[in-house]
Amino acid sequence: MMPDLGKYGDTVMSAYGASILLLLLLVAFSLWRGRKVRAEMKTVEARLARNG
Amino acid sequence: MSFTDKANAVWQYANPKLFLTTTERVLPLFWIGAAACLAVGLIWGFFFTPDDYRQGATVKIIYLHVPAAMMAINIWVMMLVTSLVWLVRRHHVSALAARAAAPIGVVMTLIALATGAIWGQPMWGTWWAWDPRLTSFLILFLFYLGYIALWEAIDNPDTAADLTSVLCLVGSVFAILSRYAVNFWNQGLHQGASLSLDKEENVADVFWVPLLVCIAGFVLLFIALVLYRTGTEIRARRIKALLARERVGA
Repeated sequence: MMPDLGKYGDTVMSAYGASILLLLLLVAFSLWRGRKVRAEMKTVEARLARNG
Repeated sequence: MSFTDKANAVWQYANPKLFLTTTERVLPLFWIGAAACLAVGLIWGFFFTPDDYRQGATVKIIYLHVPAAMMAINIWVMMLVTSLVWLVRRHHVSALAARAAAPIGVVMTLIALATGAIWGQPMWGTWWAWDPRLTSFLILFLFYLGYIALWEAIDNPDTAADLTSVLCLVGSVFAILSRYAVNFWNQGLHQGASLSLDKEENVADVFWVPLLVCIAGFVLLFIALVLYRTGTEIRARRIKALLARERVGA
């Protein structure tokens, strides 16, 4: 299944590994911050509603 | 509905509430489209395309390098447009969209620089050369970092949006240079464009089709990320406004 990358195996694998890792980190960080901010907004809105 | 009415309808999305409700509906489509195109394009490119007669297996890096480099430049152009909209029409969503796009641009520029260096070592015999395109790309990367740092450094969001918009206008010179450096100067190591409307200049079809699928994946991923992240920025701005109101009321 794995293609024969010849003498460039390390080169190709490191390019794919680094790029996919960076993309995954970007998506994960964006989702994590999005959820955190959404939860914080709910808390602040609820507190303001309680206090009038 | 006339063309002018349709064009004017775009401005309704300057309303943060409408922007959030609309993007919540369409976001799943972009996430799914991005994941599907990236999976198909990268698997096709990695497993089912032949080696190049000169580059060997390193040609497979094209499926990451070219889309990332294209996005790095085009994201800055998108930031330029939204910054101009902010400066002219003062729509907050527009300024926040530019802010949301910048970290995505950083990652795309970093991927383009890293994959270029990894490819360049065996092909050119060096990780780096002060070639016009490579150098203008490095400067673009520094502009992205400066843009993000400026947003973080200024507390007043309107002042931050004004100053970052001006920085974006200045940085556009390097975004354009990054794209056309190969044409401006016939020197340096970097080859011409891999994609062209000219059939003679284009890469062979066997590489071209999976490359187009990967580019579609990167574009869809960017749209999904920028819509999601703009939503986050809108909420963060609302939290700031609510906390300020709470302080005044206390």
